[in-house]
Amino acid sequence: MVDSDDNNKELLSVSGITKIFGTLKANDNVDLIVNSGEIHALLGENGAGKSTLVKMLFGSLQPTSGTIVWRGNKVKISNPSAARILGIGMVFQHFSLFDALTVSENIALSLGDNIEMSALADKTRSVSQEYGLPLDPDALVGDLSVGERQRIEIVRCLLQDPALIILDEPTSVLTPQEANKLFETLERLAGEGRSILYISHRLEEVQRLCSRATILRHGKVVGACDPREETAASLASKMVGAEIDIVHREAGSDTGDILLKLNALTMPPATPFSMPLRGISLDLRAGEVVGIAGVAGNGQSELFDAISGEATQADSDAISINGIPSGRMGISERRNLGAAFVPEERLGHGAVPNFALSENLLLARHRSDKADFLGLGLLGMIKRSKVKILSRQIIEDMDVRKSGEDPAAAALSGGNLQKFIVGRELDRNPSVLIVNQPTWGVDAGAAARIRQALIDLAASGSAVMVISQDLDEIFEVSDRIAVISDGGLSEPEPAKNMTREKIGMLMGASHQNDVDTPNTLEATA
Amino acid sequence: MDAQIIVSILISVCVASTPLLLAATGELVVERSGVLNLGVEGMMIIGAVAGFSVAQITGNPYIGAIAAIGAGAVFSLLFAFLTLSLVTNQVATGLALTILGLGLSGMIGEGFVGQPGIKMTSLDIPYLSDLPLVGKLLFGQDAIFYTSLILVGLVSWFLFRTRAGLMLRSVGDNSKSAHALGIPVIRIRYMAVMFGGACSGLAGAHLSLVYVPQWVEGMTAGRGWIALALVVFASWRPARVLVGAYLFGAVTIAQFHAQALGIPIPAQFLTSLPYLATVIVLVIIARNRRMTMINTPASLGQPFVPDR
Repeated sequence: MVDSDDNNKELLSVSGITKIFGTLKANDNVDLIVNSGEIHALLGENGAGKSTLVKMLFGSLQPTSGTIVWRGNKVKISNPSAARILGIGMVFQHFSLFDALTVSENIALSLGDNIEMSALADKTRSVSQEYGLPLDPDALVGDLSVGERQRIEIVRCLLQDPALIILDEPTSVLTPQEANKLFETLERLAGEGRSILYISHRLEEVQRLCSRATILRHGKVVGACDPREETAASLASKMVGAEIDIVHREAGSDTGDILLKLNALTMPPATPFSMPLRGISLDLRAGEVVGIAGVAGNGQSELFDAISGEATQADSDAISINGIPSGRMGISERRNLGAAFVPEERLGHGAVPNFALSENLLLARHRSDKADFLGLGLLGMIKRSKVKILSRQIIEDMDVRKSGEDPAAAALSGGNLQKFIVGRELDRNPSVLIVNQPTWGVDAGAAARIRQALIDLAASGSAVMVISQDLDEIFEVSDRIAVISDGGLSEPEPAKNMTREKIGMLMGASHQNDVDTPNTLEATA
Repeated sequence: MDAQIIVSILISVCVASTPLLLAATGELVVERSGVLNLGVEGMMIIGAVAGFSVAQITGNPYIGAIAAIGAGAVFSLLFAFLTLSLVTNQVATGLALTILGLGLSGMIGEGFVGQPGIKMTSLDIPYLSDLPLVGKLLFGQDAIFYTSLILVGLVSWFLFRTRAGLMLRSVGDNSKSAHALGIPVIRIRYMAVMFGGACSGLAGAHLSLVYVPQWVEGMTAGRGWIALALVVFASWRPARVLVGAYLFGAVTIAQFHAQALGIPIPAQFLTSLPYLATVIVLVIIARNRRMTMINTPASLGQPFVPDR
């Protein structure tokens, strides 16, 4: 633990750090100073270089040039163990946990060599209770919720008694209530004299927690400020470097025809670590956007797979598209009924990384647009020029920025690829569109473009379902909002009647009923 | 059938099972670290020829066995270098290792074909091995047999009770996370692959110094593939590998005797029995899908390249 006299002394000072990946300067001459006992924000958009910078502080990456000074001494952090010995702990954005190991085994892996496993279980329990982060040391990580996993990361970090704790986007997977608890924990840790480097792009959190902020854009420091003295808008424009388009939305109608009907949709879990779907019913009407809010891992991807036909149902009536029972249909048949799908994972699921954009377009639509793209006969010769013309059209419509005529999907940035994938589906003018996390990891400009396109599609008379963890996004696009939690879906409510607090309650709702839910599943199965 | 015959059958079951158990135990450790080495057959045959030739030259089968362990480990180092340092495809490289091992061993062993081998004598523990019936079975077998049994226990203890074993499993479960925590992924995988090579080498030596005591080209006769299959069917649990290897050995011996006794079942069916019986039993053991998924190394066969 750090003495209180040390407060407001420089704990960490980074100067002139540069990191080059190939031709990309991920960090360009970055300076950063963190004092003892402060919560310091590192702000920036996705891809601004925040994660790269902290990975160098934690020894996972080596800087190309620049110096790191820790407690007045110049140090080289060659690996994470070296960082831990210095007193730097990290809570990762994408958790570095092992699904098949228990909580205490996961913790043991990041501690020193001389740890007794039996003593560790007790220590885990005591530390987790002391900070109000309850954990069962013997539980398998694969069985735990995302919030619980984050607790493991934090407890693991605290057991090392660090002087500096780095948190990379910690609230992106938490309910508002869980996030509040996390903030209390962090304030308490800062009160103990520990420093916290808090990485986020959520401005209200930063304004609540942090007294100083360093803002990164395109790998460079573009400013340092006291976030409490700034407005959210002024912080956002510093982060983005330009004004962001505002998304416009007219009130949708709730009297349109039902284009997608989910009727007590139930599915057993596909793997031991996935979520079952518990009797989900929903009417999605023409002209509306329904937002499905929820914390990651509560059944969103399972719901998406069930609707898209990646996982088919035994009961044909569980899903109806345009009034036609389609529970047993595969993905192409459902597309032919006028549905379109945009999965969460862009590379590997939404697009084949090493295929050109035009080839990815053909792969998605070779059945629904067979007549346009394929010749007659068994072989179905590809009409390349037609595919390429349409691909160019989509690129133009969605303002996809790319290098080269028809680049591979993997060569595009996340936001631009997502614009292309959404555009690929929108161009068909689908009557039902299901999108899962449409703007995850997408820069603000592209996100606004995509959201506007979804709203415009609904306004033209289609039904749109947006599954998202981002509450801002849900409120921005939705006419009605439902919350998915523990594999069940709440009754959708008009967006104007919903508040963040209410959504938060619904997100946590069935977690308290964990004991009964297996029975309800059996009853409905 | 009198008791003496049963004991001698049981001993022959042990002899038939030991090479499978050794090779499978080694491969289990390799796969638990997330590496799929399909070169078991090749490493075994290299061990067999190294063990036999060194035993012939020195006149001592124990020096032969140690040479086989070393030869297997060095041979697997080639696989480790290609797949871990140069990030070649693990499946293709493993197959190449098998083909290379079979060819190379044939060349090395050419001068030894037909020579009478030196059999590793049984360890006769005074008094104990003279006990009626069980004496010979429990206390009168060769050193490699005892090594194989101790090794299964040690591997199980290592994997599930030690920190080093935990690190090895973590690398196999999620190599990216392990790297982020500062666990030396590549170094652990190198050591696991070499351990697997050493075990396969010893398994080969058992064939050429105990089982057959001779050098015959291609004498592993597919045992490396059986060992590979055992690891998967045993869902990466050492105790189940032990069950699987002995079951396979037992049914192999049983069908020999059945054929010798002239039981009117087609010989082809009897020959296929060990495979059938092993698959069925291990599938039944592994029917708990949850446990199987937990035990399966999630990053098996996936190359790891640190992003720096």
